Amino acid sequence: MKRYSAFAIVREAFRQHTGWPRAWASPEPRERYDVIIVGAGGHGLATAYYLGRNFGITNVAVLEKGWLGGGNTGRNTTIIRSNYLQDASAAIYEKARSLYETLSQELNFNLMFSPRGVMMLAQTEHEVRGYRRTAEANALQGVETEFIGRERVKELCPIINIEGPRYPVLGALWQPRGGTARHDAVAWGYARACSDMGMHIIQRCEVTGIRTEGGRVTGVSTTRGDIGCNKLGIVVAGHSGVLAQMAGFRLPIESVALQAMVSEPVKPCMDVVVMANTVHGYMSQSDKGEMVIGGGADGFNNYTQRGSFHHIEETVRALCETFPIISRLKMLRQWGGIVDMTGDRSPIISKTPVENIFINCGWGTGGFKAIPGSGWAMAELMVKGESPLAAEFGLNRFREGRFIDESVAAGVAH
Amino acid sequence: MLILHCPYCGVMADETELAPGGEAHLRRAGPESSDEEFMAYLFERENPRGVHFERWRHALGCGKWFHAARDTATLEVFGTYPAQVTEPPEALLETIREKRPGWQWRDLK
Ligand SMILES: Cc1cc2nc3c(=O)[nH]c(=O)nc-3n(C[C@H](O)[C@H](O)[C@H](O)COP(=O)(O)OP(=O)(O)OC[C@H]3O[C@@H](n4cnc5c(N)ncnc54)[C@H](O)[C@@H]3O)c2cc1C
Ligand SMILES: [Zn+2]
Repeated sequence: MKRYSAFAIVREAFRQHTGWPRAWASPEPRERYDVIIVGAGGHGLATAYYLGRNFGITNVAVLEKGWLGGGNTGRNTTIIRSNYLQDASAAIYEKARSLYETLSQELNFNLMFSPRGVMMLAQTEHEVRGYRRTAEANALQGVETEFIGRERVKELCPIINIEGPRYPVLGALWQPRGGTARHDAVAWGYARACSDMGMHIIQRCEVTGIRTEGGRVTGVSTTRGDIGCNKLGIVVAGHSGVLAQMAGFRLPIESVALQAMVSEPVKPCMDVVVMANTVHGYMSQSDKGEMVIGGGADGFNNYTQRGSFHHIEETVRALCETFPIISRLKMLRQWGGIVDMTGDRSPIISKTPVENIFINCGWGTGGFKAIPGSGWAMAELMVKGESPLAAEFGLNRFREGRFIDESVAAGVAH
Repeated sequence: MLILHCPYCGVMADETELAPGGEAHLRRAGPESSDEEFMAYLFERENPRGVHFERWRHALGCGKWFHAARDTATLEVFGTYPAQVTEPPEALLETIREKRPGWQWRDLK
């Protein structure tokens, strides 16, 4: 791999940029791999990366039906934070957040990680109590977060209207080292590093069937032929149910559309991420100057990557109330992604009823922030059969009633 | 926008009038059921990419619950039917067979 550096930019400037190599190879699939990962989103690529980095397993293929990062990873609003309520969640989300801090250097790829601070507004007494409780829990978990008063909210983000007509701002949960990162870059950076280790990233290769023998996986059928494997990792977010059906089991998952949009670019006007869970909307400003906006998910199953219009209307209404300054902004683009929702709003990183098939899904509306930690845990689970970070996130929790209830902490979809 | 015909009041109801109620025809697990059966009843879902049967409520209309058959991959609506049944009417199944040869949902084909 040719390293990216300031020196490389200067060197290429002198030869019309003819020396940049392709960031990752596009190989033909082999007949067989030690490990196949289905889905080249952030979680699938991170799983492959940590299989190589932490365990030296590099005879790995990542199969992707569309293009790399074209699923939710390339459609999300990139909020990164780790101030969840339950211990198991705080552990894996904080692992991910801390890995993000140095990931650009590690991958030699600029992920534009920007720990600008994330603020979750408290606009009802109930939310104030809930966030105070989260702040106390986070103190015990070693996650840096703080409950701040309304004056401090206004100081950190002057464009907020804290005297809102329906829900005045009463305070906020503030994580100063939360923030954003460039979503595509996370997929590209991992892909480049995987390819460099000799792994195969095979795009436009849809898995259409899963082959098993005596309750154990032997390989997959794809649009580019049959491919054998010893172990299979299913990491396909909204399509998890479809893959589980191929393998012959069911999941506690429902797939629904979640939407986001960006405005025309404007001058810098906010340098933190703000989430307003009561009125249901959130916003940050991208480096290009666009306001990045997200809101609620639909309530019915949908695989079309197209959401309902009234959700956009609700989100915009909520944000105009919170940030009156944006009321005349023009929106540039709007899109949807298919998110995989579990009953307790926590992910699944688990063995499955089929031997040597592992599944990583259920990240729903908030899995971008978890990509490095999730890949770390999934790789460990696939190699050792268990991982401390993933222990609580098994499928068996639904049978045993050990839910990791984050429906309150997750609040608004993000 | 999703538009469903309410089989009770006859209105073609916009999505904003309706409340989604999740997967249809779930059979409740009784007191003597196993942990697996309870898990399946409470959490596991078909979540199909294609033909699906759901419960909806005409929340801002007549207030009644009813059933709908939709395609989750195209958003096409095949039809709606009343709530007091344990499986979809034969005429509706016939329509779906015509439009989606080879479809399957649980034991229905
Ligand atoms: C609008 C929106 C906003 C969001 N905002 C945030 C946020 O601010 N912060 C945050 O932390 N999270 C956010 N999320 C959630 C986050 O995007 C996801 O949890 C995360 O990206 C999931 O990553 P993944 O790798 O699991 O899935 P994906 O990125 O969806 O990757 C799965 C891949 O599997 C492929 N695939 C599917 N079926 C097959 C098959 N049969 N064969 C081969 N490949 C297949 C798909 O094409 C896809 O590329 C948001 C999501 C959306 C939709
Ligand atoms: Zn009605």
